[in-house]
Amino acid sequence: MRISLPTESELEKGSSLGRDAWARLRKNKLAMLSMCFIGLMLIICFIVAQLPFIDDPNEQNLENRFAPPSGDHIMGTDQLGRDLFSRILFGGQISMLVGFIATGVALLIGITYGAISGYAGGRTDAIMMRVVDTLYAIPFLVLVIVLKVVIAGPMEEQLKWMGRFANIVPLFFAIGALGWLTLARITRTQVMAIKEQEFVEAATSLGLSKMRILFRHIVPNTLGPAIVYATLTIPSFILFEASLSYLGVGIEAPNSSWGILIKEGADFLETQLYLLIIPGLFFSLTLFAFNFLGDGLRDALDVRASKD
Amino acid sequence: MRFVPALILTITALFLVSCSQDSPVSRATKQKVLLMGNTAEPRGLDPHIVSGVLENNIIRGLFEGLVTEHPSKDGIALPGVAESWGPTDPKNPIEWIFNLRKEAKWSDGVPLTADDFLFSFKRILTPELGSEYSFMLYYIIGAEDFHKGKTKDFSTVKVSAPDSHTLKVNLRSPIPFLPEITKHYTWFPVPKHIIEKHGKPEDRFNPWTKPQNIQSNGAFTLKSWKLNDHIEIQRNPLYWDTKNVALNGIRFLPISNSFTEDRMFYNEQLHITYTIAPDLIEYSRKNFKDMTRNEFYFGTYFIRCNVKKGPLQDVRIREALSITINQQDIIDFVTMGNQSPAAGIVPPFAGYNSPGNIKFDPERAKKLLGDAGYSEGNGFPKIKFLTTDRESSKRLAEALQAMWKKYLGIEISIQQMEWTSYLNTMMSKDYDLAAGGWIGDYMDPLTFLDMWIKDGGNNRTNWSNERFEELLGEAEKTAGQKERYEILGRAEKLFLDERPILPIYWYTRNYLIHNHVKGWDPLILDNHPYKFLDLVAD
Amino acid sequence: MLKYILQRLLQGLLVMAALYTIVFFLVGWMPGDPFSSNEKNISPEVRENMKKAWGLDKPLWQQYLIYPKNLITEGSLGVSTEKNRPVWDIILQSFPASLILGVSALFIAVGIGVPIGILSATKKNTAIDYGGMAIAMIGICIPSFIIGPVLQLTLAAKIPALKIAGWGHPLDIILPSITLGLGTAAYLARLTRGSMLEILNQDYIRTAKAKGLKTFSVVIKHALRGGLLPSVAFIGPAFAALISGSFIVETIFQVPGMGQHFVNAAIKRDPFVLRGVVLFYGLLIVFMNLAADLIAAALNPRIRLEKT
Repeated sequence: MRISLPTESELEKGSSLGRDAWARLRKNKLAMLSMCFIGLMLIICFIVAQLPFIDDPNEQNLENRFAPPSGDHIMGTDQLGRDLFSRILFGGQISMLVGFIATGVALLIGITYGAISGYAGGRTDAIMMRVVDTLYAIPFLVLVIVLKVVIAGPMEEQLKWMGRFANIVPLFFAIGALGWLTLARITRTQVMAIKEQEFVEAATSLGLSKMRILFRHIVPNTLGPAIVYATLTIPSFILFEASLSYLGVGIEAPNSSWGILIKEGADFLETQLYLLIIPGLFFSLTLFAFNFLGDGLRDALDVRASKD
Repeated sequence: MRFVPALILTITALFLVSCSQDSPVSRATKQKVLLMGNTAEPRGLDPHIVSGVLENNIIRGLFEGLVTEHPSKDGIALPGVAESWGPTDPKNPIEWIFNLRKEAKWSDGVPLTADDFLFSFKRILTPELGSEYSFMLYYIIGAEDFHKGKTKDFSTVKVSAPDSHTLKVNLRSPIPFLPEITKHYTWFPVPKHIIEKHGKPEDRFNPWTKPQNIQSNGAFTLKSWKLNDHIEIQRNPLYWDTKNVALNGIRFLPISNSFTEDRMFYNEQLHITYTIAPDLIEYSRKNFKDMTRNEFYFGTYFIRCNVKKGPLQDVRIREALSITINQQDIIDFVTMGNQSPAAGIVPPFAGYNSPGNIKFDPERAKKLLGDAGYSEGNGFPKIKFLTTDRESSKRLAEALQAMWKKYLGIEISIQQMEWTSYLNTMMSKDYDLAAGGWIGDYMDPLTFLDMWIKDGGNNRTNWSNERFEELLGEAEKTAGQKERYEILGRAEKLFLDERPILPIYWYTRNYLIHNHVKGWDPLILDNHPYKFLDLVAD
Repeated sequence: MLKYILQRLLQGLLVMAALYTIVFFLVGWMPGDPFSSNEKNISPEVRENMKKAWGLDKPLWQQYLIYPKNLITEGSLGVSTEKNRPVWDIILQSFPASLILGVSALFIAVGIGVPIGILSATKKNTAIDYGGMAIAMIGICIPSFIIGPVLQLTLAAKIPALKIAGWGHPLDIILPSITLGLGTAAYLARLTRGSMLEILNQDYIRTAKAKGLKTFSVVIKHALRGGLLPSVAFIGPAFAALISGSFIVETIFQVPGMGQHFVNAAIKRDPFVLRGVVLFYGLLIVFMNLAADLIAAALNPRIRLEKT
């Protein structure tokens, strides 16, 4: 039996969080399967789409619209006679990007903001949360229209080198920058509960700096709900992008995204159901994968569960 | 999962409860109440304040003007508040007399006199009221000056009442079609005694149109008005011709989602829809064949060119773009509403045929583009195509984009904007090409031509032409309809040769109408007089 | 406690002031004005007269001060530039429908979401868990603009008592509230599952289990309190959003609610309606968040209502 006290760094570190988490994640078959699926989707959308035998997603053949799946068009053609498969591939690029970038931005801002607010408490917390309340109440549409005028226009010039992504990347940052509010509230509530627990008191009594306690000890414990919520925001961001396109601030037609394809497909519920079902399948399967992966991550990162 | 059986039970119960019930349409038919889709909540019911089609639909039921529409013939005036009317000199229709019927009353029984008309004209022309459509009265001598605040003296406006049932109007130029103009609600009488009771006449926010306050003179009166839910009008027993009115009421529903509207019709919740979603037109034709209507409508869809910016300054390029639009393909595959390819700007109607001859001709277009220095589209800058955020606008824009790329080798980028931004961008002329439409206000070619004068608020193309304006001036002084149309035809030709706009199609109106509705015939301005309608179950 | 509530309400006032200021200037930045949203152009003279009628011809700082002054002295929120009627009239006519719809949607959301979440957490990694989460996923990745029409075509078109759209009969509430509530239900299910798992892993629950208590009673008596915390933080603003209406659900089902005013006022640049509905929504959020924080405190004694 060792009697010597652990050093400060040993206490703080415990076992390596990242490595443990990965080991646990690998045991979760569903999560691993989901990860493979997402990888596959990424490959299909970003690499296969570049192959020469994939049709131009914007080439029209009006006489051949609503063509059922066939050798020429394996998923048929859309309302303007464009190849649905290649539209799904190219649309996938944009949907993946919006999912990753916007959610990343929202996570970063939301968790940091919520954690600081919850941990600081008192007046700081009150002010920070009232700011969130204020932002909540402002209609998204107004912000987005203003954003378009004030930011998107000038930024587009700067980003010309990104080619067809030039007018969408700033947009994705904007979506993330507007979508972190709920995340902040959730994190804050978690932090408030956790900061009263024994291990935090222990860390405080060891004289660790506040920042260190917050980001090394408390925040990792709040990641569970945050990651769950983040996986939920991916679909809402992807869909939100579709509605933005209708306000003239989304991606420029004839480019497409899964959200837009679904929205267009919804107009053919009575007549051409496949225009909704096929892109809908790609969309929902990918989202299923994101969510099961999110669950897996949540379980893997669950710090206390690891102490079994 | 105990709620699943509960759910099934509920659904079955609902099914049984409802099986015995009539559909909303058959119930309404029995009550002779017409259920009508009306696309949105009106901006108001004050005829001097509003400016839209959907408001017009309701106001026409509540109020009646000097003359009214014929139920099945365009351009014919039937007696309204006026029993008889005409110019004092038919050769030079510059002074008009309207003899008002003695029995005309407001719905509260107060007699309607020429004084109400004078009050109305004065009110709509009062600058402080800020009426948007007051220019419809500018034909009257002095009206424009009064409205623009150049004088405060209404006696300078040449309308008068020689006696309480005679109205005399002096026009600044001869207008043979004046009765057509008075069908517009800006010429309708409003109840002086009611408006004055509830506030100042020139106060926009005067609450006289509230359901508990309003009195009207038309075949119907306001029954109830619930914001974004419905407006219902009911038979006016004091209307002079009420014995010939078959309907007991009309319920207007502000259904903005056209898919919802069509589905309501398919499931017997509506008698008439405002429109059909383009993607449901074919479906409707197949499944509701005898209820699907497709009628010519007095409007044109076109693309404005900014003629003072970039390559579009060159008329050859404008023409090349124009004749590479495959109008028929657009109609067949994109808009799907059986519209007609637009050869010019004025839709053809009785007596007038557009002199335009715009036809799809990619070969000539290629040559024109080459002549302008962009052979095969080489070196052509990427221009912007401005359009609205609607799904149909987007699809049309995508189709045009592909056509121009295919036939001319040029790239355009599509800029979709929400409505006010779109208009604002067009007004500030910060565009290259912009899609837009125009619906005629009255049955005359002028309603499509006088907007293109220099700095006209609806011009927005930077285009102007002195000769064009001279021709319009000449037409204004010409009384004979044939000569007038001939001059206007020359003006249109000149306009089209310069091609500041690229015409695409002449509108049609597609809508669904239940076969219970009787007496609803095609009309080009789509102002169906409700007093002639009836509802009969088969 | 009372002091805390009073303080929060006072902060709420500041939130409202901030909201008003932000909306006031945001609307100014949007391109166009209330009198340029007509296809047919309004002549400059008329435009001037219309501006005068609404007091929009006055210098900006005067406009900024007049509005709150009128609100406090006359209780007036101004008159809509689009509908020519008082903003109060618009809010009072449309809020009842939104309230009814929002409350029934919340019932559906909580009634479906929380039980699924708890069940999935207690039966982690079993068929029940996956099934429950799959249902939740459907709620998330099928947007309301698809659920709505699908319900119309499947239920409303088959069952005569259910109308395609319309508002008036009690049965008319069913389809729109399902459409509105399903997304929230799915969020709640996943959020609840995530935090329940966290709690179920904690020492005191293990102790309770070790003592031989039945899983069911452990869940109900001990875990539920903590496990619902993030959900409560989510429900606060979510409820405010539900009862302030949804543009999509309202337009699909013809519900005369408030949601459409947010969108239409923004598109038509109606400054008074926009200010009115935003302030109203802000007030709801202030109250709902306060309620959420109070409930969170009641559920978890560890969270102290901080005095500021």
